[in-house]
Amino acid sequence: MTTKNKEPVLLVIQLSGGNDFMNTVIPFTSGVYFDNRPLVGIPENKMIPFTENLAFHPCAKSLKNLYDKGKVAIIQGIGYENSSRSHFRAMDIWHTCEPNHVATEGWLAKVIREIDPNSSNPVTAVNFGRGLPRALAAPGVIATSVGDLDNYGLMSEIEKEEEKIEDLEMFKRMYTPALGSGIVMDYLGETGRTVLTGADILAEAPINYSSTIEYSNNPIAKSLRDVARVHFAGLGTRIFYTNHAGYDHHAQEVPNHARLLTELTDAISDFMDDLDEHNASEEITILVFTEFGRRVKDNGSGTDHGSGGGAFIIGENVKGGLYSEYPSLNPSDWLYGEDLQHTIDFRGIYGTILQQWMGIDPHDIIGGDFEQISPFNKTLIR
Amino acid sequence: MVTNETKTDSSLVAHLLRRAGFGSDYSQIQEFTKKKYEEIVEDFLNPEIFPEVEDKLISRHYPSLGANKDNQATWNGRWFYRMINTKRPLQEKMALFWHHVLATGWTKSEHTPTMVNHIEMLRKNGLKNFRTILIELSKDPAMIYWLDNNENHSESINENYGREILELFSMGIGNYTEDDIKNAARSFTGWTFTQPLPLYPYGHYESKFIFKENDHDYGEKKFLEKTGPFNGEEIIDIISQQEATARFICRHLYNFFVEDEPQVPAWSITPPKNQFAIDQMVKSWLENDADIKSVMRTLLNSDWFKKSKMNRVKCPAEFIAATLKISGEYRSPDPRLDQLESTSIAMGQKLMDPPSVEGWHTGKEWIDGGTLTERVNYAIGILNDPNKPGVKFIINEIKNDKESHNPKKFVNRMLELVGFIEISENTKSLLIKLAEEDGKLSFRTKKDQEISRNRIMRMLRLIISSMEFQFS
Repeated sequence: MTTKNKEPVLLVIQLSGGNDFMNTVIPFTSGVYFDNRPLVGIPENKMIPFTENLAFHPCAKSLKNLYDKGKVAIIQGIGYENSSRSHFRAMDIWHTCEPNHVATEGWLAKVIREIDPNSSNPVTAVNFGRGLPRALAAPGVIATSVGDLDNYGLMSEIEKEEEKIEDLEMFKRMYTPALGSGIVMDYLGETGRTVLTGADILAEAPINYSSTIEYSNNPIAKSLRDVARVHFAGLGTRIFYTNHAGYDHHAQEVPNHARLLTELTDAISDFMDDLDEHNASEEITILVFTEFGRRVKDNGSGTDHGSGGGAFIIGENVKGGLYSEYPSLNPSDWLYGEDLQHTIDFRGIYGTILQQWMGIDPHDIIGGDFEQISPFNKTLIR
Repeated sequence: MVTNETKTDSSLVAHLLRRAGFGSDYSQIQEFTKKKYEEIVEDFLNPEIFPEVEDKLISRHYPSLGANKDNQATWNGRWFYRMINTKRPLQEKMALFWHHVLATGWTKSEHTPTMVNHIEMLRKNGLKNFRTILIELSKDPAMIYWLDNNENHSESINENYGREILELFSMGIGNYTEDDIKNAARSFTGWTFTQPLPLYPYGHYESKFIFKENDHDYGEKKFLEKTGPFNGEEIIDIISQQEATARFICRHLYNFFVEDEPQVPAWSITPPKNQFAIDQMVKSWLENDADIKSVMRTLLNSDWFKKSKMNRVKCPAEFIAATLKISGEYRSPDPRLDQLESTSIAMGQKLMDPPSVEGWHTGKEWIDGGTLTERVNYAIGILNDPNKPGVKFIINEIKNDKESHNPKKFVNRMLELVGFIEISENTKSLLIKLAEEDGKLSFRTKKDQEISRNRIMRMLRLIISSMEFQFS
């Protein structure tokens, strides 16, 4: 368990609320953009052009730097047929790969099942945030969810260390039900004991970490630093997951989106530097996704739910550049007459990562065969 | 403690209050024991006898909690306030029950005022005739939008509501045909709502039910072997008289109030855990013309209900309310109320916003590593504080009752004080062993008092983090 991790690792960053892709990667030569976005449109002299037609949001400077180094693959127009405008339903579809009915198994939970079929390591997958995202949940699959790595685990509210240790010991005994207590008690007991084991393993992570990188003080920076600390501890974690919330910019989009993009892209950049400092750059690939893009036309304060969003694959092994096509800006092509139409199915991007990066057959996980892209220079798959 | 005034066993009262309400503190339980069990049930079944919670007070004391009518966290905080303080526990519990079954969510409309009205509709009608409940549901703007009945037109039907009212809200799958669905949908054409103003830049306004006569299909419909130019109300009449409806809704009631059943999609292939109980409830339903109050009377007075202690996993709302009942907090308006929503979300339940029209998965599916950690840490975070009124009370009760200083009695008394919790032999023997190791409690010297207080606090922490505390 403590050997240095050389298996490919995936970090998924979920942008919750529906990131405005059109304002993240801006089609600045199109009049349609400026005509429809009198309020939230980014002035041309502020944005950061990186191709003849596209520019980054002015607050995505760090992303631009990584892009220039060839470490960012931009997946333009990612989505699926009949894109849902409901946050919950849309997120659910991204989490379960099942657009037509409500499914119970998360796509990454199925990946955990492939990697660790006997649930021998409770930290094969680690989420940073409260609760477990549906992507990591499935019956019989164990994933660990960490709110605060420095104060993680059961009884974390108890201040006196010795009281906490004593209580945890009792907890373990109380959560070992007698034989024949029934399946619900057995399940509850096993869940409780797994949380304890996971907490014991994770307790090692902060102890040995040292780094010259100074992450900012905001939730996403904190989460990515936690990912780094756990990864460097070599605990066998193959999937990291975290959430960056607040992208539902119906109102006050201009200042708020700017702040979130700054936090996000700076945090990713610091994280990449941290990996570099620890000679671990080649070990992790990052997927950044969101549940949908936003409406082309702004509403006078922000933008409403739309489709045709964007995703990013970031990492040392990534072949940077533009993938798929930017959604058509011709209004006659728009979904429901007002949303960008997707140009590539998200399940193909999951498939790409699973097959080409993780070395796992994606067919049963994503529910079929979907068009893949080739965003990797090399992989760790042996 | 058993006194001469007692008419009902405390642990049975506590059980009733957990199931037909949101738990209770020790003093409330003692108050209720003065009545006969059947009288308490009657009080619960007739909520209008008792005053409503004055949740308007919340916005008077804390304008920030009332100012924004779009803020779900404010409204869910108010709901928690009601759960904790209501004098009409079953009314509040029925609202939550129907919210599970007739699951309607904020997510699609993002329209808080109609969701607030929706929950109020469930609260007002929860113990009435099932026919009334379905009619009010079908006229509810939140539901109409949620299941697209506003897109259900005489010239082009949208089957969504016609399907779900049969599949999820009444009969359950396998008891009707695809044609029945279409004809039910036709009967609800023209049932829509007044268009609310657009959200931006005006903000949210309530929406009201309207019947658009010129968008209703007046033609003849064949529905469940009957034929006629049915409208929505007549369809609901037919649905309410079906034995399949009685069986399906009674099983929901059993699952919510008595014992965890498998998840709903499995019901068409898995028999109920207690067929006898369902049969009894169905009989009551049919004899009383789908009167929910009568069915609940049968349920709450039955032996199988009384014997069903601690065998359902609490949903997050129940868990939070039960914890706060013990702590004695939130008895008056509190500016922290709007934080309870995020606590509940972290445990896997956002009120007013179920994951889908199928509602929440219940029973053991409430628990995973993340949610269990949230539950245990929340309960400890709230109760590991000797200055909280409810905790202070527990400490004093132990201190003032010499008998409870004996280790074994100490454990039993603690279990009573946190609400007559029943625990397994395994857990109990562990707690007693622990208490015996430290010997008799003493409050003689200052030092003794501190040690004993710490022991009480520790016992409290262990009880509320036990597996059994996850159950209701």
